[in-house]
Amino acid sequence: MGNVIAASGVASTAWLLLALPAFGALVLLIGGRRTDGWGHLLGVATIVLAFVWGLVEFLHATGLPAAQRVQNLHLFTWIPVNALQVDFGLRLDPLSLTFVLLITGVGGLIHIYSIGYMSHDRDRRRFFAYLNLFIASMLLLVLGNGYVTLYLGWEGVGLASYLLIGWYSDRPSAATAAKKAFLMNRVGDVGLALAIFILFAKLHTTQYTQVFAQAHTLSGGTLTAVALLLLLGACGKSGQFPLQSWLPDAMEGPTPVSALIHAATMVTAGVYLVARSNPIYDLTSSGRLLVVIIGAITLLLGAIIGCAYDDIKKVLAYSTVSQIGYMMLAVGLGPFGYALGIVHLLSHGFFKAGLFLGAGSVMHAMDDETDMRRFGALFRRMPITAVTFGLGYLALIGFPFLSGFYSKDAIIDAAFAQGGWRGWVFGLAAAIAAGLTAFYMTRLVIMTFFGPARWKDLKTADGGDYHPHEAPAVMTIPMIILAIGSVGAGAYLTLGHRLADWLTPSLGPLQERTTGGSLSPGAVTALTLVLAAAGVVVAILAIGRRQVPVRRPEPVAWPIRAARNDLYGNTLNETLLARPGQWLTGALVFSDRRGVDGLVNGIAKAFGGSSGRLRKLQTGFVRSYALSMLGGSILLIAALLLVRFSG
Amino acid sequence: MTVLHTAVATTPATTSGNGFPVLLALLLVPLVGAVLVTLFRNDARTAKLVALGISVVEFALAVISIFSYHTGGARIQFSGSADWVRSFGVHISFGMDGIALVMVLMISFLVPVVLGASWDEKLPEGRSAAGFFALILTLEALMIGVFSATDVFLFYVLFELMLIPMYFLIGSYGGVNRRYAAVKFFLYSFLGGLLMLASAIGTWSYVQSVTGSGTFDWATLTAVVSHAPLHTQIWLFMGFFFAFAIKAPLVPFHTWLPDATAEAPTGVGVLLVGVLDKVGIFGFLRYNLELYPDASRTLAPLLLVLAVAGILYGSIVAAGQSDMKRFIAYVSLAHFGFMALGVFAFTQQGTVGAVTYMVNHSLATGMLLLVVGMIAVRGRGSVRAEDYGGLMKLTPILAGVFFLAGLSTLSLPGTNSFVSEFLVLLGSYQTQPVYTILATIGMILAALYVLWLYQRVAHGPIRGNALVSVAGGPGAATDPSLGARKMIRDLSGFERMVLAPVVVLILLLGFYPKPLLDIVNPSVTATVQQVSVQEGN
Repeated sequence: MGNVIAASGVASTAWLLLALPAFGALVLLIGGRRTDGWGHLLGVATIVLAFVWGLVEFLHATGLPAAQRVQNLHLFTWIPVNALQVDFGLRLDPLSLTFVLLITGVGGLIHIYSIGYMSHDRDRRRFFAYLNLFIASMLLLVLGNGYVTLYLGWEGVGLASYLLIGWYSDRPSAATAAKKAFLMNRVGDVGLALAIFILFAKLHTTQYTQVFAQAHTLSGGTLTAVALLLLLGACGKSGQFPLQSWLPDAMEGPTPVSALIHAATMVTAGVYLVARSNPIYDLTSSGRLLVVIIGAITLLLGAIIGCAYDDIKKVLAYSTVSQIGYMMLAVGLGPFGYALGIVHLLSHGFFKAGLFLGAGSVMHAMDDETDMRRFGALFRRMPITAVTFGLGYLALIGFPFLSGFYSKDAIIDAAFAQGGWRGWVFGLAAAIAAGLTAFYMTRLVIMTFFGPARWKDLKTADGGDYHPHEAPAVMTIPMIILAIGSVGAGAYLTLGHRLADWLTPSLGPLQERTTGGSLSPGAVTALTLVLAAAGVVVAILAIGRRQVPVRRPEPVAWPIRAARNDLYGNTLNETLLARPGQWLTGALVFSDRRGVDGLVNGIAKAFGGSSGRLRKLQTGFVRSYALSMLGGSILLIAALLLVRFSG
Repeated sequence: MTVLHTAVATTPATTSGNGFPVLLALLLVPLVGAVLVTLFRNDARTAKLVALGISVVEFALAVISIFSYHTGGARIQFSGSADWVRSFGVHISFGMDGIALVMVLMISFLVPVVLGASWDEKLPEGRSAAGFFALILTLEALMIGVFSATDVFLFYVLFELMLIPMYFLIGSYGGVNRRYAAVKFFLYSFLGGLLMLASAIGTWSYVQSVTGSGTFDWATLTAVVSHAPLHTQIWLFMGFFFAFAIKAPLVPFHTWLPDATAEAPTGVGVLLVGVLDKVGIFGFLRYNLELYPDASRTLAPLLLVLAVAGILYGSIVAAGQSDMKRFIAYVSLAHFGFMALGVFAFTQQGTVGAVTYMVNHSLATGMLLLVVGMIAVRGRGSVRAEDYGGLMKLTPILAGVFFLAGLSTLSLPGTNSFVSEFLVLLGSYQTQPVYTILATIGMILAALYVLWLYQRVAHGPIRGNALVSVAGGPGAATDPSLGARKMIRDLSGFERMVLAPVVVLILLLGFYPKPLLDIVNPSVTATVQQVSVQEGN
């Protein structure tokens, strides 16, 4: 890994990346209603400018020799207490700059889309303030030069996510979902915080440069503990098992939020954290194995549940859970997979954001309806949405030569390449999930865009008729751009190892398989394609050839029932945590009044004869300062005499 | 014995008299102000203006004192001393280290804010605003005295005297159950104080038997008694411990706090929870740790258990409260647990964290209380969460400030409280990993109780008996939310002025806490070295 050098020249102005969106958020929040007229334009402008500035930084960095591509920019000293010197500074390296482009690029497109999507909301300005707050925090998360600055961005994006999930605060479900997201994230955050405490205890620093340089001095147990705690943080933020259940609920937020925060950027922060901490994970094989296991469980779990939902956004949400599982699995493979995880993260950023924006466009056209059973035959009504959505769909299921084909297959291949039982278990899990992905996505596309127009016989929530229509240009153009990305990003990034080579100064060189592994690369590609094709065919046979009922069929076989219930993840939370928690709260509130306080009052009664008399006596007593001083003096003298005698 | 004598001999070098006039002025200005204010008994407006003017002058003095403070210089600065009771070696002596200095700054910053927030306080029948404001100024002087006293007997006297204005502020100006709350508060604190007095006298007596001359001078006592046999130290430790564990309430000495906070007028509550209770944590540091370092180390597990119990117990009970003022009291119980954890882990970072926690908790909890008071003004005085709903729509700015105070309460990074909670936990982890891991559960619970309260009060449809009743009863308008909207105003310009300085400090200290840390850090070093076997990080 290259040396870290002090930032100079263009790199020393990188603080602008944070300052621009933060400035936008501040103006919009403080300005209030006065900025209603132009607030959204300011929001968009600051993000577009940040993107341009990110591009300048990126191009500047590509012009440098590889040894100078990791730069450290000290801004000010944040928390200095003796050995603890927490810097507020930025680390500019290929990994962070790649994220900067993703965040500001996709973020900018979604900002533009939101102008149209939120045009009927009287609080649109505040929405843009929150989006800007999110972008600023997310940029700090990836640009921060130590674990504490990362933590600041980490909880900052959690706050923005909370505010945006709860946007429709009238709905109790939205407010509850927002709270749940923040809480489950906090569980992960505690893991991250404890990892920081351990690192400081052992290495006396929390800055990346020093931590990474000294990581090899840590004992095996410490490394595993740190890796495990960082993984806990990653699970919270990225919706990985066992902290996955907040992410589908987060779909209560406006759809651009789901696209930006809960698909393309924030939920990938866990992958970033593991990739960023590669010098730690490189040293602990048990830590890496744990990451792979979590990734494999999650990618299967997400894909299975995704098959059972009828809510278009929830299917996409579980798809996101599953795809991030792939990324986790990749980065858990260490030097064989860090770069692959990032490649999939980027290509997923394009096609999943595009899919969500497409879903938003459908909802926009269908009076905010999300139940796919009420859709159908929307292809002709909204062709641009349908085509861009279709390209995203093909990219996601790994259709040959589109993005997912390159980025997802590489991960499945790397999983098989491990050889032994691990190769078979993790490789097969990833390949089977690819088949499930093809199934649930095909089901979604058929139910939404093809078949009979089921909405024709239905009424909207307000009792009116549905009038599906194509979205305005301000919404379709971002969708078109993202669709182009879904088609080309995978090939562009992977061919010739373009991205992997660029990331080498941050992640180390990408290692290729040296042995045969469990299956040869050709066999893996063939297996994945066959499974995906099978998923598509089954979906067409099962859904496309039959009438889709407007009400979901009940009762159903137990596997479907289990999937509809999120494989009982929520039930488990409820029985293990929520109910006992409520009971404990009730019990303690009661006993605090009757127990602790009752005991005290009881003692007072015992001493004073009756609490009323005591109260009266004491009231009279303290009324007079002189009397109280006299009492004090008497006690003083008595005490003095006592001590004298005993001494 | 020779060791002791050199220790005593070096004591004077650790104090510096520079700037004593500033401290003297800090002590006298509010007292003189209180007398002045009572002259305007019949003219409430003038009385209030005079009080506010005095408190602003006091704050300016405190700011000036920062410039007289020499960071990294003598341990105790601004020192001055006069004999009081010569035969017992009692002095009237004052002085401040960095810890006392930031607390004095905090007090003088909060008092103008509190006076502003109490401007339109509805006082009970027959009570004058002049009396109310004069009592607050008196309390200010006494609190500054407590933090700057350098004679143990003087500290005791001021510690008890401080109760008197607070007793009247709660008992005469508070809510329905004010009498009960005030007496309970007084009894608890007073009894704790008496135990402390016994310990102080015991310490005096021990030192007298060793050196042959009795004195209550803190530095001299520290130099001698810190070498006393362990069992002596433990006995003496206990008296101070009870006084401070009641004051900065630790479980199970806390039951006076919810009653006092709930019954006290909002502004008085801010001073009670925000400043007065901090004397307990300050006392642990200045008296327990420094006078009895061996006992502190021996008894640390007991304190750590109480600290963690307070964090978890306070958080869980807070989650179950619907009275917002009692909620704040239980949240504070949890926060005092964090402070005690930082103090009794004996590390530099943990202790600096605890001291900055004292300041940051004042800001966060103070603002939360002020906001609750402002909500209550709009809802016929109700502080019950179930009386409200949808404030975000009705009064977005008020709800926004409420939310910010909540974020600071749950120690979100970027707010002031994060810095201190992070330092406490990071520092404690170095020596007490098990207690620290248990304490981090409090981080999760904090998110739970804050966001749950906020959801009930600010989210959802506009709702609430109290609010709608102001507008003329639920039947008065067909759309109750519209009827309410007409009557309920968002924050007035004056209210914004009162809250703005707190908002600014919350964010400023979140991103740039360095000036605060730099003042506190060297003073903490002395305490940590005194109590540590080997030096911390």
